[in-house]
Amino acid sequence: MKHNRMRAHFTGILVLLFAGVGQVIFAQESHIGGLTGEGSRGKQLYRRYCVGCHGPLGDGRGENAPWIDPKPRDFVTGTFKCRSTPTGALPTDEDLYKSVTRGFVNSNMPSWLPLTKQQRADLVAYVKTFSSSFREEKPPSPLSMPSESAANQQSIQSGNELYQKMNCWSCHGKEGRGDGPSAQTLVDNRGYPIPPYDFSVGTRFKCGESNQDLYRILMTGLDGTPMPSFANGLTPAQAWDVVHYIRTLQMNVKRKKQTAENEKKDRGESKPVGAQPE
Amino acid sequence: MLLRLRAAVIFILVLGVVLSVRQPAHAIPAFARKYDLPCSACHEAWPKLNDFGIAFRDRGYQLGNEKDSPIWQNPSYWPITFRITPEWHRESSSNQVVDTVPGNPALGQIYQDVTTHGFDFSGLDIWAAGTLYKDISFSVLPSADSSGSFHFENVFVRFDNLFRTRWLNLKLGKFELDNLVSEKRMLFLSSNGGFYQVYHYTPFREVQFRASNPPIVQFNPVFGIGDNQLGVELSGHSENSYARYSVALLSSNEGSPGLPNRTYDWWASFNQGFAVGKLGVQRVGAFAFFGQRPTFFNTSFGSPVLSEGLGNKSLYRAGLTGLFYIKKVDFSTVFVHGWDNVFLGTGTAANAPLPVGARGPTWNGGFVETHFTYSPQLVFVQRNEIVRMSRQVFRTDPRDLGDIDAFSFGLRYYPFMFSRAGLALHTEYSLVRSYKSASPLPTSTSPFGPDLRSSSVFIGLDFAF
Repeated sequence: MKHNRMRAHFTGILVLLFAGVGQVIFAQESHIGGLTGEGSRGKQLYRRYCVGCHGPLGDGRGENAPWIDPKPRDFVTGTFKCRSTPTGALPTDEDLYKSVTRGFVNSNMPSWLPLTKQQRADLVAYVKTFSSSFREEKPPSPLSMPSESAANQQSIQSGNELYQKMNCWSCHGKEGRGDGPSAQTLVDNRGYPIPPYDFSVGTRFKCGESNQDLYRILMTGLDGTPMPSFANGLTPAQAWDVVHYIRTLQMNVKRKKQTAENEKKDRGESKPVGAQPE
Repeated sequence: MLLRLRAAVIFILVLGVVLSVRQPAHAIPAFARKYDLPCSACHEAWPKLNDFGIAFRDRGYQLGNEKDSPIWQNPSYWPITFRITPEWHRESSSNQVVDTVPGNPALGQIYQDVTTHGFDFSGLDIWAAGTLYKDISFSVLPSADSSGSFHFENVFVRFDNLFRTRWLNLKLGKFELDNLVSEKRMLFLSSNGGFYQVYHYTPFREVQFRASNPPIVQFNPVFGIGDNQLGVELSGHSENSYARYSVALLSSNEGSPGLPNRTYDWWASFNQGFAVGKLGVQRVGAFAFFGQRPTFFNTSFGSPVLSEGLGNKSLYRAGLTGLFYIKKVDFSTVFVHGWDNVFLGTGTAANAPLPVGARGPTWNGGFVETHFTYSPQLVFVQRNEIVRMSRQVFRTDPRDLGDIDAFSFGLRYYPFMFSRAGLALHTEYSLVRSYKSASPLPTSTSPFGPDLRSSSVFIGLDFAF
């Protein structure tokens, strides 16, 4: 009897011990090009690089979070701004990988390009363990992107009209200065104030800097922010027109000819990810 | 049986508590107030930089997130940090020449080990660094020894991304020579282990000659790879800082302000990193220094004019470096070849005859420094270092005269790293053996003494805020 009680205590303690000592990590993986990221390795990297802002639970409540604006992402909700997938859907592994690689301009999230591709893939795998969404569903296919139309006067004029018609100006302002009548009232999904993008001073967008990136932002929206997806409101041709018009609002951008290829080169992404070692 | 079971339960409970209270690493370095990143983001274990820290430094202390210019900072932000280490240490040196009877030199001398120990503290670094504007960075580091006597360890302004390319950055002032294995960021602190022997090596004969010279030729031809130098540096790097280069033009004065000496030295380094699958980034590099030092001073009424060295003679150092990572273990490796002109090697003024049969000394040296990073909060360190003379000043000198073996090990434990500071419990043991480098006894007929062994035991609290 006494032995049975002791054995029960012993078993209970062992269970508590295992529950307390290690966080249970689901064998989460990421697949980016030819690379396979592993959550177990990503956990070590996360604790070294990310925990200060995103917190040990990935809920965006790291020790630095109170001092940071905009606030660090809460991975638990599974809501991500920069995606190639439709609004409301999970991002692809490649989307998360690009976010880690690129960082977010005008935020505290730096580019983690100095980490190896494998390390970044491992981080993506670990970030996915914070949200049950990644275990329960799979991200849909990325939005298809038709070839960019010519950025001529007609396209810009059409974009201008759509900018007015789709009420972009109500947040971003008539001249794209982020001073529309709704600008002061905007909050993100956590209730924090969030200013609309000021095209007149910005040189890069949160989710990239190419025309393709801008098109993607328009059509997928920035989930968790008031920026909606216009996939149902704009045809691809119209979306390109808006992109071309928005470019005219960017006063600080050096007017070099932007092509998808040289932008990839600028970001060191001209080779397929994982195709060969850096 | 029951007692044994109870003991096992208690042991497991204690072990569980110990394991579960180990905190995750989340520390903030000097730039934290600006960027809110943990210490471990830039440091393998501070102060040693990791790949991200190397890239951050190469960009001129910038992240490139459009918030680098100080205009984005709260006006109360002041980019200052300080670092100091209260400590207990023990220093011991073998084969020291002491009087047989203290206070009575006439009774002769003997060899004896000399040991001292006690509580102490290191010098103080007060470091300000950051950006003056986007793509213009700076650093000012007034540093004091433990008596409070200050000097400027570094002072520079750097223009980053000239002509909008990261391959052109220009730095002017006093700065650390760009090298893959930085002595300023080493994880050793003791008197014997707190510097790389091979970075500062001077052949034994050279030291001996200089000590016996008259004041007019008491020049100091020293050059330390790890010492900050005055000059201008052009450097560049790839976007992820895997490929890096630097070329520097330096005043021939070992970083001493006010003594321009009218001559210049050159430093060049290059290193390349390779991402090797799951092992991470492996880096290899090379460096070269070519310089000159005066061999005597101009005089005024027989007194040396210290700002005017004459009769310059040359010296060079060249080496290979490597940083290799295997999971939690990494190795810093350095090989250095050194040569001093025969006038420097014999401490002879260039306008005076050389000792008969003298030659310019050459030597080779290197080390392997191993770090086992159990976690960003606990790092075990160890280093083996050797320096071997390959050509003595005189053929008749013992081949191993002035050779050095050095060995160090220790650990750094960061019990916590919270948002604005870092604290490390640092323990270390170091032993250095210098061959035939002890002073000879007055009764000895040999100009050389026995081997000199120096050791340090160090326990300190290294903190930075």
